[in-house]
Amino acid sequence: MPPTLPPDSVGLVIPQIAHFDEPLALDCGRTLANYEIVYETYGTLNADRSNAVLICHALSGDHHVAGYHDEDDPGKPGWWDNCIGPGKPIDTREFFVVCCNNLGGCKGSTGPTAINPENRKPYGPDFPIVTVKDWVRSQARLADRLGIQQWAAVIGGSLGGMQAMQWAITFPDRVRHSLVIAAAPRLSAQNIAFNEVARQAILSDPDFHHGHYYEFGVVPRRGLMLARMLGHITYLSDEGMRAKFGRELREGKMNFNFNFDTEFQVESYLRHQGHAFVDRFDANTYLLITKTLDYFDPAVDFDEDLSAAFHRTQAHFLVIAFTSDWRFAPTRSREIVRALVRAGREVSYAEIPSEHGHDTFLMPIPLYHEVLRSYLIRVAREVNAHAA
Amino acid sequence: MRPELELISEWIRPGARVLDLGCGDGALLAYLREHRQVSGYGLEIDNANMLRCIQAGVNVIHADLEAGLADFGDGSFDYVIMTQTLQAVRQTEALLDEMLRVGRQGIVTFPNFGFWRCRAQIALQGLMPVVKTLPYQWYDTPNIHLFTLRDFEQLCRRKRIDILQRTVLDHAHRPRLGPRLWPNLLGEIALYRLARA
Repeated sequence: MPPTLPPDSVGLVIPQIAHFDEPLALDCGRTLANYEIVYETYGTLNADRSNAVLICHALSGDHHVAGYHDEDDPGKPGWWDNCIGPGKPIDTREFFVVCCNNLGGCKGSTGPTAINPENRKPYGPDFPIVTVKDWVRSQARLADRLGIQQWAAVIGGSLGGMQAMQWAITFPDRVRHSLVIAAAPRLSAQNIAFNEVARQAILSDPDFHHGHYYEFGVVPRRGLMLARMLGHITYLSDEGMRAKFGRELREGKMNFNFNFDTEFQVESYLRHQGHAFVDRFDANTYLLITKTLDYFDPAVDFDEDLSAAFHRTQAHFLVIAFTSDWRFAPTRSREIVRALVRAGREVSYAEIPSEHGHDTFLMPIPLYHEVLRSYLIRVAREVNAHAA
Repeated sequence: MRPELELISEWIRPGARVLDLGCGDGALLAYLREHRQVSGYGLEIDNANMLRCIQAGVNVIHADLEAGLADFGDGSFDYVIMTQTLQAVRQTEALLDEMLRVGRQGIVTFPNFGFWRCRAQIALQGLMPVVKTLPYQWYDTPNIHLFTLRDFEQLCRRKRIDILQRTVLDHAHRPRLGPRLWPNLLGEIALYRLARA
């Protein structure tokens, strides 16, 4: 490994592509005749294939969860690199870690930017809406392909936590541990409202062209940027923003200009986040995944009774929430815990003090990582006891 | 602690569902799981204890007992247990009520303030007692509600709580003759099994 890469990194990784020709029937009633899923793996699958861990990504994440893509220009590592690697909480010396870009994504798995075989044009808005359940089914096919019958653990934060939950419900015998971080059993009206404003920002951009912007050689930059800026406000907390930006002015004084250039640091932060996002994310995927979030509700198949949804699950659960997260607040995680307790399932719950809001799930907060590490030490112990 | 675990364990029906309030490092739940095949959860507020439970594979729910047990349904557990915790909570009476709402039976253990050494230290020296089961100074003690066996039994009578079983021990958790004959005078630790009348 070149000296530029830190020793506790999984190092250089090369994404892989799995092609599936077996049609996938989706919850919306449509079928994907064939599709591709791009994924990465770290660590080594053990002989009895019992040490595999699936990481599920959230709204803007992808398959590149740890390590680096380019040796000469390492740049930023994967999105959860602080948690995955040799000696890190998700220890790649113990586990074979898998992460894929979900269907409908824009980082290599089949999604709106992919070519529709029916008309040889990008799917765009014709790509079917996929649900968390669809994702879980497609991930199960990837698991089959990799020879993994049962995950030692499925782990995810936010929308990723919803997939971890859905895995335990849809495939009870294929998940030993489900780690549900900063998630909710379903979105609140307020959550959906924020998603709707984000969608309207994109839909009302003149460059959106009803989703067919690829054909016009443009992207709805302003709309996607606004959507991301709004999202970022919900990922942070009032106190976290105060601590990070306060009311600090970029030039040290108020200009009383009517041109609305960025004056406060927080404005500049949001604009930067918005700009950077437009260059790396597709607007149709953003629209699609906000709908995936809105539709998620595992209780709906069980008479609105979440604990009934958990009745068939066999996994042990670890639920984690962060005190200042108001997007998916601790009360939402406690709803999940309450339903699991009522269903008589094995569950532990940790509420981590943090001022960083929803975004905390990506941060190396010591207590948070200690909880993950402690839990996964136990998971590894079980794996090794079985293998021995 | 070990003998106390064994004594509590004898009171627990195999395969029961148990909630342990203030479960510490999860030792009791781990013991009951092994010896009584119970399932259940511990509630704990201390981070270090929570981590020990997680690593031991004991189900632990990060929670503040003072906030009540609203997340748990009526009669949803066979036993709700509170070892050496009742004297350290603010909402003593409310927590007893919650315990017997959520659990079909409750098990509590606490240090007996009526132990003769406690009485003697106050009566003869005029000092707040410091004994093996209550080892703290008045200014740094976590124990904010001190009470005797008689106090507790009076409260149970007033609240129409049935005492199903009682064991009184010395500070080393031994069930000796003295505590059995004069529990409130010679007993240092009390174990009660309770139910709503």
